[in-house]
Amino acid sequence: MSPREIFALRDYLSPELTGRTLSDAHHCVSLTDILSQTVLGGRLCELSGRAVLLKLSDQLRSGLAMIELDGIARRMLLCPPDLNPAHLDALIADAGIDAVVTDEPDRWADAGVSLVVTAQLPLQATTPAKTERATEWLMLTSGTSGVPKIAGHTLEALTGAIVAEGPAKGPAPVWATFYDIRRYGGLQIFLRAILSGGSMVLSDPHEALADHVARLNARGVSHISGTPSHWRKLLMSGSAAKFAPGYVRLSGEIADQAVLDGLKAAFPNSSVGHAYASTEAGVGFAVNDGLEGFPADYLGNRNGVEMKVVDGSLRIRSTRTAHAYIGRNAAALTDADGFVDSGDIVELRGDRYYFVGRRGGIINIGGLKVHPEEIEAAINRHPDVRMSRAKSRRSPITGGIVVADVILTEGTDPARAKEIRDQILDQCRAQLASHKVPAVIRFVEALDVTPAGKLARTDA
Amino acid sequence: MSVRSKVIEAIQQIAKEQNVALPALTDDLSLHETGFDSLAFAILVARLEDETGVDPFTISEDAAFPATVGDFVRAYENVPA
Repeated sequence: MSPREIFALRDYLSPELTGRTLSDAHHCVSLTDILSQTVLGGRLCELSGRAVLLKLSDQLRSGLAMIELDGIARRMLLCPPDLNPAHLDALIADAGIDAVVTDEPDRWADAGVSLVVTAQLPLQATTPAKTERATEWLMLTSGTSGVPKIAGHTLEALTGAIVAEGPAKGPAPVWATFYDIRRYGGLQIFLRAILSGGSMVLSDPHEALADHVARLNARGVSHISGTPSHWRKLLMSGSAAKFAPGYVRLSGEIADQAVLDGLKAAFPNSSVGHAYASTEAGVGFAVNDGLEGFPADYLGNRNGVEMKVVDGSLRIRSTRTAHAYIGRNAAALTDADGFVDSGDIVELRGDRYYFVGRRGGIINIGGLKVHPEEIEAAINRHPDVRMSRAKSRRSPITGGIVVADVILTEGTDPARAKEIRDQILDQCRAQLASHKVPAVIRFVEALDVTPAGKLARTDA
Repeated sequence: MSVRSKVIEAIQQIAKEQNVALPALTDDLSLHETGFDSLAFAILVARLEDETGVDPFTISEDAAFPATVGDFVRAYENVPA
């Protein structure tokens, strides 16, 4: 019996595919001959079999280090840019980290990690490495205030949905995402770019949106993904008019009909699709019919992904899920049958399931449980609304009431605010139970979005 | 606009939204007879707090909820500036 074939990122980076690049706001690196170059100063062999913390201040060097380390390191832990430094010690201990790849080696001099390797540009020439093992990819979950959980993946699990779709038709895509590639949603796009033989344009948190869009255009971006909050910000900025990607993808938050319709209107010649994925559950499915929610027949076994609904929450079992939480006191990732409980609450209406919110995000209104996302979706259906956030406010009468902050679409006449408020309330009353209708609607200029691209819900 | 007219206007607006047929809002009308339920009162108090900056029912130590429309209006009129 021959050993199972191990594949690594380097298998998708043969020099025969020319013209491929990985770029950010400052550099553009050719991927064509990337296997003969090193971002690790030629020290890759020292990292063989190690548990490596990837702690870099930029995505470009992170991506190049992932390409080099995959198949060589035993595991690598990707640190997103907003990781709280106070959590590093716990994560290092939980993941058994014994090496760090950094661009700030001085900070790590006395940190107790035995091997510190500096990632640097420009790249240096090196002998191409050979894959030694299947590297374990460790990703951090987002959205919790304490120490994030570590989810363990393999490249095979991470790329399961990409491989299942088969090679893209037409010219090699140029991918971009508003996400950071050290988070699950962004990493999916990075992997898509590598596996498809294409290129990728990275985001930069310090860049103005208009400059970012100019860069996306200059690099010929054809495929792009982001959260609904990322996309609403783009639509509000007025920069969308200068941009014409072929494929627009949403994930990471509920894609309601308003944002899908808004994108279809802004990009009439693009395909607009939304995908369901999470760090733990992996990529569940993509929906490309232009409608919110997903067809009820997605439940059951479909393309190797099994889904069921238990107590309203979507559960997923597939080879694309993470295989475990990693760490000393790690909880079980799956139920006894191997299903990951997503915590995303769905509701069947007709022949379609709709996402109504997160189990952990419920607000209490006079003793009744309310998902703020459901209220926001109803508000967002008003044609003059771009984005909204519902939350609870204490009330001396009922204990709590719903209030909503609303951003109107760009160019809306402020004199119409009262009329629009009445229309939103009428609409909410027609679609929602009375305790879910906002008691107060406030028009605001901006709403906070977290570094992970999701609407901030500090009070939920 | 006087505090009284702000309160009356807010009551009328919410009655319209909630499809409540209000009787004439005299001072001795009991709040129960307005047809407002607790949710409608919660909305009223929240909106008046946004408009006037005060919520007399949370500030007050002995927060007895008023019995009549007149008591309710006075609760807003009597808040120290």
